[in-house]
Amino acid sequence: MESSSPVVRVRDLHKSYGSFEALGGISFDIRAGETFALLGPNGAGKSTAIEILEGYRDRSSGEVSVLGADPQRAGRAWKARLGIVLQSTGESGNVTVTEQLSHFAGLYPNPRPVAEVIDAVGLASKAKTRISRLSGGQRRRVDVALGIIGRPELLFLDEPTTGFDPEARHQFWDLVRRLKAEGTTILLTTHYLDEAAQLGDRAGVINDGRLIDIGTIAEIGGAEARVPLVRWRDAGGVLHEVRSEEPARIVAGLAADGGEPADLEVIRPSLEDVYLGLVRGHRTSGGADATGDGNGATAGPDGATSDEEVLA
Amino acid sequence: MSAVDSTTGHHAATGDPSLGGLGGILRLGAARVVYETRVYFRSPDSVFFTFLFPFIMLGIFTAAFGSAGNIGTNPDGTGGISVGAYYLPGMLAAGMLLSGVQNLAVDIAGEKGDGTLKRLGGTPLSPLSYFMGKIGEVLVTGAIQAALLILVARFVLGIDLPTEPGKWLTFAWVFLFGVITCAFLGIALSALPRSGKSATAVVIPIVLILQFISGVYLQFYVLPEWMQNVAGLFPLKWMAQGMRGVFLPESFAGLEQSGSWDFPLVALNLGIWLVVGLVLSRVTFRWIRKDS
Repeated sequence: MESSSPVVRVRDLHKSYGSFEALGGISFDIRAGETFALLGPNGAGKSTAIEILEGYRDRSSGEVSVLGADPQRAGRAWKARLGIVLQSTGESGNVTVTEQLSHFAGLYPNPRPVAEVIDAVGLASKAKTRISRLSGGQRRRVDVALGIIGRPELLFLDEPTTGFDPEARHQFWDLVRRLKAEGTTILLTTHYLDEAAQLGDRAGVINDGRLIDIGTIAEIGGAEARVPLVRWRDAGGVLHEVRSEEPARIVAGLAADGGEPADLEVIRPSLEDVYLGLVRGHRTSGGADATGDGNGATAGPDGATSDEEVLA
Repeated sequence: MSAVDSTTGHHAATGDPSLGGLGGILRLGAARVVYETRVYFRSPDSVFFTFLFPFIMLGIFTAAFGSAGNIGTNPDGTGGISVGAYYLPGMLAAGMLLSGVQNLAVDIAGEKGDGTLKRLGGTPLSPLSYFMGKIGEVLVTGAIQAALLILVARFVLGIDLPTEPGKWLTFAWVFLFGVITCAFLGIALSALPRSGKSATAVVIPIVLILQFISGVYLQFYVLPEWMQNVAGLFPLKWMAQGMRGVFLPESFAGLEQSGSWDFPLVALNLGIWLVVGLVLSRVTFRWIRKDS
C-alpha cells in the first residue's frame, strides 16, 4: 500500500461506562485496501471499539480518525463512504428484499446496482420475499447486502456470518474477497477464527479492553505459538505430544525406532489455537498490557523446540 | 487510496452535492413517505389500532345508542341528529390523534428498540428526510382514513354532510393543522417509552384518557366543567371541537363551553401544540441513545 495516511487510525482509545473501563487504551491502524480482523472473547470491547469508529458511541479519550474524519463529528457525506453491518437486529421486515435494498440504494450518491447486490449475497430467489419471512441466516445476508449497497470505501462487518450455514459462509467469503479486490477496506470482527484466517490480512486481539496482540495473520501470537505438534500413541497406548520445528525428523525417528506409531498426527496450530493461547495466557498473566507487537503476554503452549509431554 | 478512488469516484465526498443539498433531503423525504406508507399498511397492529379503530368505534356507538333516539332533540322529541352524525366529528378527531400520536409514538419507539434507527443512523439519511417520511405517512394515511370515514358516514350510515364550501375549507385546515401537530407530538412522545416493548403500555393510556375527556367517546357538553378545562389544555379537545364546527348543525354551537365553535381558539391551541411538538421532537430525537 502506497498510501500515506491510514483509513482508520486509533491512538490510546479509552472508553468507560461509569466506573467500568471497556477500553483501556488501544491503538492500531488500518491501511487502505486492508482487511483487519478484530478478535477477542465476548465482552472484551470489540463492539465498543467498532461502534466508536462507526460514530455510534463517543470515546472517553484518545484519538480516532476514520477516513480522515473524527467519527464523533463527521457528517452525512462521511457516512456515505461507510458501510456498516451491525450485529444482528430484530427489525420487523415488512418490506421485500428488493424494496429494502432499492430504498437504501437511494440514500447513497453512488450505489451498487440492487439486483447485482442481491445476487452477490445469494438471495436472488428471495428478491421478492418479505424480509420477515426469511430465515435467520438469510436475514443476515440482507444485513450484509445493506452494508455494501452504498459502495463503501470502508466496510465494518460485526460478526457478519452468525447463523450462516457452511455453504453460505463460503459464499460470503468469496463476496468479501471480491470487495477486497475492488479496493474496499474492511474491519471485521468474528468469533470464527477460520473466517479471520481466510479473510484477514492482519488481526488484533482484544481482551479486557486491551489489545494484547496485533500483526499479520501469519505472525500473530509469535513464532513459538505456531510450532507444529507431533502426536502419537506408543505400543503401550500412551499418548505422546512433542512440539518441534522439525516434525518430519521426529516422525522419521519414530518410524526407525519401532515401525508405525498409532494415531500419528502432525498438527500445525491454527489461528484458533494461537488465539486461544493468547487469550488464556493473557488471563493467567493477570491482564498485562501489550499494545504493540510481539507476544509479550503469552504464556501459552510453551515454546521450547522439543519438549515432550506424556499424557495419560 | 487510488484503487478506491477509481471505483467509487467520490473520495472527496465531503461536499457531495447529491447528498448535502436541500433538494436531496426533500427527494429522500418523498421516498421515505412512500416507504413508510407501504410499511404502515403492511403492519396489522398499526392498521387495526390506528387506522380502523375509529371505524369500529363509530360502528359500535351507532349500534349501541342508535335506538335511544337522536341527540340534541327539541323538548317534544323532534329534530336533532342521529348518534352517528353526532359521533362522526369525534371519530375524525380520534383518527387524527391515533394516526399521528399513537401510531408514530409506538412506531418510532419500536424502531429505536429493534435497531431500525441504528441502521438508518449509519447511513447518510438526514433526520429531516426521516421526519418528512413519518409526517408524510401520517398525512397520507390520516387523509385516507378521514375520507373513508366520511364516505362510510354518508353512504353506510346515511349521515348528511355539510354542503357549504366554507365548511370544507374549515375541515381542510383543522385536519391539516391537527394531523401535523399530532405527528410531531407522536415523534416527541416516542422518546418516553424506555423500550419498544413498553411503548404501547406508555402511549395508549395517554391517548385513551385524552379521548374520554376531549369529547370523542363521551359527549363533551355532559362532562363536568373542570374536566372540560383539563381537556382544553390538550390538542384533541380543539380538534374535536373544530370538527364538530364543521359537521354539526349551527344549533349545536350552543352546547360548546363558550356557546360558539371558537375557530380562532382552535387554531391558536393547535398552533401552540405544533410548536411544542416541533421543539420536543427536535430536542429529544436521536438515532440511538448515545451513552455519556
